[in-house]
Formats: sequence, C-alpha cells, structure tokens
Amino acid sequence: MPRYAMVIDQSRCIGCMACVVSCKRENDVPPEHYRTRVLEMVQGNFPDLTTEMRSELCNHCDNAPCVNICPTGASHHEEDGTVQIDRDKCVGCKACITSCPYNARHINEEHGYADKCSFCQQRLAEGKKPACVATCIGGSRIFGDLDDPNSEVSKILRKTSHRVLGKSIGTGPNVYYINQYPKRA
Amino acid sequence: MAFSRRNFLKYAAMSAGGTVLADTPFISAEARAKAEGGNVKYVPTSCEMCFWKCGAVAKVVDGKVVKLEGNPYHPQSRGKLCARGQAGIGQLYDEDRLKHPMIIDGARGEGKYRKASWDEALDYVAKKMKAIAEKYGPESLAMMSHGSPGDYFTNVLKAMGSRNIAFPSFAQCKGIRDVAWELTYGHKPGTSCERVDLENSRVIVLFGTHLGENMHNSQNQEFAEAVGRGAKIICVDPRYSTAASKSSFWLPIKPGTDTALLLTWINIVISEGLYDKEYVEKYTVGFDEVKDAVKEYTPEWAAQETELPMRQIVESVRELCRYAPNVVVHPGRHYSWYGNDTQRARAVAILNALLGTWGRKGGMWLPAKAKFSGFNDAAPEYPPASKPPLIKGDFPFAGGEGVTQALRDATITGNPYPIKAWIVAGTNLMKALPDQRLTRKAIDNLDLLVAVDLFPTETVMLADVILPECTYLERHDGLFKISTREAGVAIRQPAVEPMYETKPAWWIGSELCKKLGLEQYAAKDNWEGRMRRQAKAWGIDYDQLSKHTGYVSIPGSEKPYITEDNQPVFGTFSEKIELYSEELEGEGFDPVPKYEPIEHPEKDMFRLIYGRSPVHTFSRTVNTQWLWELEKENEVWLNKKEADRLGVKNGQYIVLENQDGVRCNKVKAKVTERIRHDCVYMVHGFGHNAPGLTRANQSGADDQQLITKYIEDPITGGTGMRVNFVKIIKEA
Repeated sequence: MPRYAMVIDQSRCIGCMACVVSCKRENDVPPEHYRTRVLEMVQGNFPDLTTEMRSELCNHCDNAPCVNICPTGASHHEEDGTVQIDRDKCVGCKACITSCPYNARHINEEHGYADKCSFCQQRLAEGKKPACVATCIGGSRIFGDLDDPNSEVSKILRKTSHRVLGKSIGTGPNVYYINQYPKRA
Repeated sequence: MAFSRRNFLKYAAMSAGGTVLADTPFISAEARAKAEGGNVKYVPTSCEMCFWKCGAVAKVVDGKVVKLEGNPYHPQSRGKLCARGQAGIGQLYDEDRLKHPMIIDGARGEGKYRKASWDEALDYVAKKMKAIAEKYGPESLAMMSHGSPGDYFTNVLKAMGSRNIAFPSFAQCKGIRDVAWELTYGHKPGTSCERVDLENSRVIVLFGTHLGENMHNSQNQEFAEAVGRGAKIICVDPRYSTAASKSSFWLPIKPGTDTALLLTWINIVISEGLYDKEYVEKYTVGFDEVKDAVKEYTPEWAAQETELPMRQIVESVRELCRYAPNVVVHPGRHYSWYGNDTQRARAVAILNALLGTWGRKGGMWLPAKAKFSGFNDAAPEYPPASKPPLIKGDFPFAGGEGVTQALRDATITGNPYPIKAWIVAGTNLMKALPDQRLTRKAIDNLDLLVAVDLFPTETVMLADVILPECTYLERHDGLFKISTREAGVAIRQPAVEPMYETKPAWWIGSELCKKLGLEQYAAKDNWEGRMRRQAKAWGIDYDQLSKHTGYVSIPGSEKPYITEDNQPVFGTFSEKIELYSEELEGEGFDPVPKYEPIEHPEKDMFRLIYGRSPVHTFSRTVNTQWLWELEKENEVWLNKKEADRLGVKNGQYIVLENQDGVRCNKVKAKVTERIRHDCVYMVHGFGHNAPGLTRANQSGADDQQLITKYIEDPITGGTGMRVNFVKIIKEA
C-alpha cells in the first residue's frame, strides 16, 4: 500500500492559481470555498524584500486532530495514509473545522458535510496525480509515495532540506515544503 | 463516471509507460473515451481564454463540458492549463453571454435593443454597409479585432474593397517590439511565443516583463524550471513583482529610464570587452558606430538617471556577461509605454546581439524551419483597395496589423476621407484604446457599428447591431500554425454545439458575404470541410488532429541553435544583425538608440503603471465565475511611506484623479513596500461599466479610463500609455 505525500517546492511557485481553479473544477467546490490556496507573503522594507509563496491544503496528518475529534468517525485515515471524509457519516458538527490547525476544511453548505482536500482520491484511483499537481505550471507541487524509495517525493526529500507546517504541534503532516530563496545581490 | 479496474488496465496499457501516476493522460482522445466507456467524449481543441493558443482537451459528459485539461502533445500547454484555461467552462456556461442577435432600438449608449433573427440582423448590416460604401466609398468601412474572428471579417472587408483593418495588438501592445526586432534581426522575436530558451538559460533579464503575473503557459513553465534549477534572474521593474521575488538582482528602476540603463549596459559590455567578439564580427554590422554612440552613457550618469545604485548597475550586467551566450534579455511583449518605445526595444535587441544570444542555447532559438503551401480554398483575388488605407498613420514603420488610433482619428475628423462603419470583433475597444473620450467620439460619428462578441461589454453596448459569437468550445476555426522550437499545426473544434442562437464567427462572416452579394468569398461548405482541405494542402492528417492528438509537429522543423551547418538567416538588408540601422536613419530616426528623458510627475502626483493578473485576460475574463471569485476587483499599489504621508490605510477605498481631471471608480488601496514612491500600479481590465456583466460590473477601477494622455511612438505609431499622472483622493 502506498503512503501518499505532497512536496511543495516554493521556489518554483509563480502564484498563478492554476492549482486553485483546477481543484475547484475537479472537485466541484462550491463558490467562495477552496480546498487549496496559495499565499504570497512578503517581508522586509523597500527595496530589501523577500517573498514566500506558500501553497496550503490539507496536510493529511498522521496524527490528525480532525480524525481524533470527529464524533461519528466520518473523518478517518485510509490505508494509503490519507485523511478522508465519509460524507454519509458526517453530521456537519464542525468540530473538525475548529480542530484543524491548518484551516483546511469548510462545510459544504448545500449538502451539509465537511469537506477538504482528498489528494483527489478519485484521480488516484484512476492512476492520475491530484488535479493541482497535474496542472501546476511551475512544477512546484510534487506528489507520490513515500514508501517507494524511487518516487519523486522520496528522492527530493532525501536530497533537500525540508520542513512541515506547525511541526511542534505534533500533527505529523504529509505535506512537505522545500524552499531555496535566490540570494539577492 | 465509473472507472472499472478493467478499464483502468486498458488505459494504463495505452499510456506511454503504463505506470501508475503517469502524467500522460492519453495517447488518443478517441481511445481514451472508448476506454472509459459510457457517455464520455474527449475533444482536443485550442484554448482561447487568452491568446497563447494552448492545446486543451475538453471532457464532455452527456453533452456538457465538465473538465478542461492541458494537451500534453501541444508545446504551448505541455499537459497543463493555467487558471483561466481551467475556467473556460465558466465562459461557456456564463448566463451573461450574448444569446441572440440584437438591433439598436433607441439612442446609442442607452442600451435599448430589440431581439432580431440572424437573417434580419445580417440584412440590416449588409444594407447599411452597401449604402455607406456607395455614398462614401468602400474605404469608409473599417474593422478592428483581436483573436480569430478578425480573419473572417478581414475577408469581408477586403472583398468589399477596403483595407482599413487594424488590431490593437500592434499599436497598443507588441507591434513596437516586433518592428524593432525586424529592423535589427529581420525577424520578430517570436510569433506563437517569444523565442526565448528559458529552460536552458543561465541568466534571464526581465524589463518590466512580469512572468508569473503575465501568465503565458509554456513560457511560465520554463521560467519556473529555470528558477528551480538556479538560473539567475535580473529583474528591472519599479514594482517588486512575482518575477522580482525570484530574482538575484532586483533593479527598482525609476519608471521611464529603462533605455538609460540599457545603453549604459551596452557601454559597459563594450568598454570592458565582455561582448562576444567572434559572434559580433561574424553576424553583425555597425559595431563601431554603437561603440561610439554609447560612450556618453556612464554608470555614474545612469545611477543618477535611473535612481539605481551604481554598484548594482555594474554588477548585474557583469553577471549577465559571465554566463553569455547562455543568457537572454527577454524581448518583452506589451511595449507601448512611453512613446519612444521602438528605441528601447532596439536597445534590448542590440544588447542580445552583443552577448550572442540569438541562436544560442539558453538564449533565443532560431525560427523553426517549415514551409506551408499557400491555401485560400480557391477563393478569387480580392478587388484592389478603393483608396489607400489609413492604417499606417504617419508612421513609416507601422506594421501590417495597423494603427488603430489612426482609424479612430480619421473617424473623428473625416480626414483624409470619412470612415463611417466599424466592425469590431472580439475586442473591447473602450478598454483597449487610450483616451476613451476619443473612442466614444469616434463611435458617435459612425453610421454603423457592428459588434461581434461573446459578452455585453462597454463597446458591444454602443453597437447598432450585436452579433453573438459562440465561444471557442463551440466552434471550428482555421487550422493554427504553431511556431515554437518546432513548427506544428493545431486544431480548434467544438466540444459542444453552440448554445442559444450564437454562431461561429466564420459563419457570421460567410453569411454576411452572401448578403453583400459576395458569394465567391463565402465559405464553400462548412468550416470543417475547409479545414480538411487545408490539412490536405499542408500534408497533415486531419483525423489525427481532430480525433486523436489535437496537434501534430512538422518533423525536422526544429533547428534551434547555430551550428556549422545551421547558420542563422537574417532578413535585414545587410543579411546581418543591424546594430546600426540604416533603415531608421533613412527615415530620419536615430540609427543607434539615444536616451531621451521623459516628463516625470510632480510632488503628490504618481505615474500610473499597469499590468496583468495571472487569473485574468485584459477585461475579457473578469466576469468568468471562478476567475471573478479569485480576483473580483483590482487594487492600487501605493508605496507604504507615501501612504503614511497621505494618511491612506491598506484596504481603504480611494479614487484616483489624473492630470486631466478624470477620475476612476473607487478602488482599494494596497499599501505596500513592493513599489517605488513615484508610481502607482493596478491590474488592467477591471472597473467595467457594463451592467450586463453582472459579476464584473463596477468592480475595481479601469486604468484605461485614467489613460487620457498617450504619446505616439514616431517610428511605429505605438501609443505610450504610461505617461499619465494621478493624484490620490482619499474620499471614495
């Protein structure tokens, strides 16, 4: 069984939002809600500035607060390590939304269930990469199986220093960030 | 849609490696649909959410387009689509679309129309056109366009005997650049795309080119690839753009002084002996003249003029030379900035030549080599122009695409002859041309304005007759020649039937020909029949294009780099790169670019500069659901210190007033460290004043409204539009 993870090479992200729209279309995400977003964070004073482009999505945590808190078992881990939501079991209590430190979830108001990034479970079943990865113009989003030492994610994590968001909270995220700011002269 | 294990295996076996998580979604659109079964269809076609013409594949289920993805075979998309491309479905199913022909039923601008049948609307247009041609001569009919519909109405106009045809893409955009490079190299710096070999570049220089925000798919893929593997970016921009955030050198130049920096760089490259001596010797003429002409442009002087640190000016160009020739100074695209723009483009072209980038890896690849036989579907010759067209204005080097504002001027003055009808196809002239007051004045002088478009834009709602075109997902267009590193041919074909009573532009143009008694110029049967004959004439397998891959390449056409047996061909008089231009000299212009200072804003006034958002194409996409959701309104970028001084808070709504007292809609202030103190910036295309665009109407500000001043480039007629100064009115 694979163990899925995403690596985000922030240096390659050009902030074009192709991932965001692709996700909305693939997963029919309702208006004004998103399963993924791209933040552009600029620091410094003119002209000494740096930017962090940060794609954010569900971290599919190993120790997922949303799974731990879900009263009905709707939020659960799949064998492939991903966190998924069984919509039939979800009662829309929003406990998961408040527990998620990554602000990755929303309520689908039309149907009443909680929703979030699934790593495009339906595409994985077809042997395709998640929609955001498939269309990432900058090649910034990289996806694969951590248990396969030859997968692109395993290889890049072996040779590049990386981090996860909110490491100290102990959620064990499966979205990794690599970043190499160009040195400014 | 169920995807059984059995089908999956079938699909996996078809795809290149058959591996799980393969990126290649199909070998053949038809085979892929068959493998999935059910009511699924995959249609390879060409995107038109912008004009990069990416290959797209539409997934159609039960007659509805449900998904668009990038065509992996097409070199402009490489399996990916940008935000706009993904959102094309939003354009197709937008409730605000023009749905049926309409004829004006009130005064111009009142917005009162009556519904008409196609027959009635086309009769009306044809009768008026004939009457105008009879009274004023065929030359009084003009056409302005952007994108594919222009082809079909160019045909109508030429058949009538008029050549007054112009495209804003020339004088309001990239025509200036193209002319400068043609003067220097005898070639444009690209057709389908700029011929920049970014994926192999070691240093990339960007003058205002805001890749990332200016979302041209394949070029951005290559830019990110370059950044990812550590290429150095030198970004010259008064604004800390996305591209600047990836740069090793960000040069926040004083707006309007780019040519000072370029000429100084040329001086440094020559005086420090950093140029490619062998290349210059072999392929260029006029080196000594350039050497003498740039001597006066010293780094000390440039530092003062550009307000950049001298050290940065010198070090950045040395870094550039260190990696030459595997470097490129990007030729740029939108070039109508300050009114002396041909010479800026010439300086970029000359610098590239000195570094030897043309035909070098990581520089600019050589044009693909492919010959397509002529094809006009056995249509007769056009009658000669009734009178010489006015599309070149007084500009000796204006290109064949024409100078739009020259037609506008003649429409207003009636000199040297009256222009009384405009067909406007696929362009919102009120937003494309500077000084909307003049555009409106010209329109008010017309006896007939015909708009062919998708949406009720400002310009469309001034028309006498509105002819609703169908979207790119509902129509055939001619086969596209795609010129990237290789030459190829791509198709646009309908994924679904046209909705409402909309029609493809080819049909509208063809029916109009028939109504005008010009049957011989109408389509012979239908457009697909024509495309099949075109494919045959070009030796292309039409079925391969339409059913399977959507794109075919021309074998052996890719010859990107200079080798002993692949020498560059320069289409100049000297057959070399003309560093010194006798052509320009012959018309009384500087044969080597000179720096001409421009006017700068007084205290409390800011130069208005503008640019693009990656999720919008000009003013065309603001109303598109998912794109509007991501960016509903634009913001004015204002330097933090200036904002503090003026008491403007981030997120506060303000109004801008320009030097002519013209004010824009209220617009949000983005108070930021990311821009110089002497200019403000906004994304172009917002601030619609078009109630029929229910989402986009009145959101954000329209930069073009504030661009009442423009300076014409004397060489090409390009309209410098970054010459307007605004003050900030806090009470919105």
